Amino acid sequence: MNLWTNPIQVIADWLMQIFTGWGLAETLASVLIDLIGIVFLVVFILILDVMLVWVERKVVARFQDRLGPNRVGPFGLIQPFADIIKLFIKEDITPEGADKVIYNIAPVLSVSSVLILWAIFPLAPVIIGVDLNVGVLYLVAAGALGTLSIIMAGWASNNKFALLGAFRQVAAMISYEIPMIVVLLIPTIFAGSMGMLGISEGQQGFWPWNWYVFLSPLGALIFLISAIAELGRAPFDLSEGESEVVAGFHIEYSGMKFGWFYAGELLHAFTFGGFWAILFFGGYNFFGLEKLGPLVSAAIVLFKAMVGYWVIMWIKYTLMRIRIDHMLAFNWKFLVPLSFVVLMVTALLNTLLRDAPTATFILSMFFSNVIIAGITIEILRRRSRSGREKVEGQASSGVKAT
Amino acid sequence: MQNEWLYIGLFLIVGVALPAASLIMAAIITPKKSNPIKNSTYECGMETVGDSWVQFKAQYYIFGLVFLIFDVETVFLFPWAVTLNKLPLFAVIEGIVFILILLAGFTYIWRKDALEWA
Amino acid sequence: MTILFLIIAIVILASAVMVVTTRNLVHAALWLIVSLFGVAVLFAMLNAGFLAVVQVVVYIGAIAILFIFAVMLTRREMRGHGKPLNNNWWISALLSLLTFGGLAMLLSNWDGFSQTPADFPSDFDGVAELGNALIDPNQFVLPFEVASILLVAALVGAVYIASNRK
Repeated sequence: MNLWTNPIQVIADWLMQIFTGWGLAETLASVLIDLIGIVFLVVFILILDVMLVWVERKVVARFQDRLGPNRVGPFGLIQPFADIIKLFIKEDITPEGADKVIYNIAPVLSVSSVLILWAIFPLAPVIIGVDLNVGVLYLVAAGALGTLSIIMAGWASNNKFALLGAFRQVAAMISYEIPMIVVLLIPTIFAGSMGMLGISEGQQGFWPWNWYVFLSPLGALIFLISAIAELGRAPFDLSEGESEVVAGFHIEYSGMKFGWFYAGELLHAFTFGGFWAILFFGGYNFFGLEKLGPLVSAAIVLFKAMVGYWVIMWIKYTLMRIRIDHMLAFNWKFLVPLSFVVLMVTALLNTLLRDAPTATFILSMFFSNVIIAGITIEILRRRSRSGREKVEGQASSGVKAT
Repeated sequence: MQNEWLYIGLFLIVGVALPAASLIMAAIITPKKSNPIKNSTYECGMETVGDSWVQFKAQYYIFGLVFLIFDVETVFLFPWAVTLNKLPLFAVIEGIVFILILLAGFTYIWRKDALEWA
Repeated sequence: MTILFLIIAIVILASAVMVVTTRNLVHAALWLIVSLFGVAVLFAMLNAGFLAVVQVVVYIGAIAILFIFAVMLTRREMRGHGKPLNNNWWISALLSLLTFGGLAMLLSNWDGFSQTPADFPSDFDGVAELGNALIDPNQFVLPFEVASILLVAALVGAVYIASNRK
């Protein structure tokens, strides 16, 4: 065991020697080491978060044919730090009639509901906070705290726009949580484990055929859609419908409290990009490169997370916002039935083809998804055609009547 | 096993403490020049009428109920999914029957137009 | 360990008291969330990770949100300005005291407190065990399917009542 193959363990052992040398009890020392590791990880994530502000602004600028921040430092890299200083020294306004305690807890809860996701984020087999055996559900539980923070912010602001925005956002988040939980069952079925390391290990191999995206492309797609809704990003950013509810649930927030909502949203998007990569795109597995060492694995995961984040941004800056009734209908009448169908077919095929060769297994999984997608598109086509004909029939009869 | 949850607890404490500390720091260094107009509720330039506690659509509640039922349902499915690789076909069918029963109820409320936002 | 348990128990009880004494319905819902989160922490302390996470997902993620939605549906006149207690409070106080006394008496005769829990084998996976138990015909497969029917009944009943009123 050396610093290259297992850096965290080596550093922890070294610290342990120092602490026990000072005469600390072993349990206390291990708690202290955990605490140091957590503080380092959280600070690393927050610095990453600051850089995400730059990434987001630069990428959206490119999408809109602009340059983006380019004055402060090389390529505008110092810009987000300037933003933070500005947010820090802005006057903090608490609106009249606000519920002060809840108003101040909400932004903190919002960002910590994202931060705690990194406790189970596997950067490498040996670089992971803790491999919970209920990891997948932990992801959902942290999302529940995020929902709570939004409703608290909306209610405590004592503002009609804030409350309306919060309610729309929460209705969307809880609705899209159902397809998300259902497709989270699919990697769980393949890996036979809810732990993040178990799911990553289930996708090992030189070639990426074992990645669950090939076994369940529809599952990966549904996860992405519901993750975007969970994040409250376009096209599902109803709470920020500027023409209707201005800024939504965080309308009354200013200064650093607004900053935490904004930073929390960016970090949330990046984290979900990361979990998309872990659950469906092989985690730290990438053409055998992960065998070079844990630091290479960590770089692979962060790279994949960045790609996932880029896809989320790509969708955000391409599509327009949809109406709330369309959004809920899309979820309940399309995504929920589809995700249950995909789950049932996957579970059945997984059992029937248990002894089949790997190639047959992967191909039949893939084509079963293709067939489900084909049937779904055909049903949608027929339904929309009959709906269109109904509307056209009404319109033409209306013309005759007048 | 115990240490896992201790770790999560520590992570939660640090994850709350760092943002909270930054907010406290910001609260110390920010200027404080409040006045009633600055602190009034933002509403597109109009004076606010009444309080913000408006009555909401009943539909929010119905979607919340449907969500709750499906949430409990999927939670039941997780232990089933974890062991699925080792289960006989019979047990897999049991899980699928479990889902189908719920989907039957779902079809009923769909037909009843409970899923309409109107 | 015991100190941690005591702190959490006090938090749970105190927030439960706040739920019933606070006038503001949204505050009551938020105190309820604190109380439920405390129960989740207790589950985690008992090594019941699955139950702890389910407690957060179902109770905080769904039921508490539903409560807040329900509060928002109420009309202005229904937001209590009256006394939180009515004249029959002493009956319920008596009943809860009796229940508490009965439970305390029963538990004082139970020898489970002095036993130490058996150690889990190192490869013990509680979730997988639960999964096996749920679909084993000799164990809980019938309750498992009946749970689905119960959920459907709740779904249909709730939607029926809600759409009737419309």
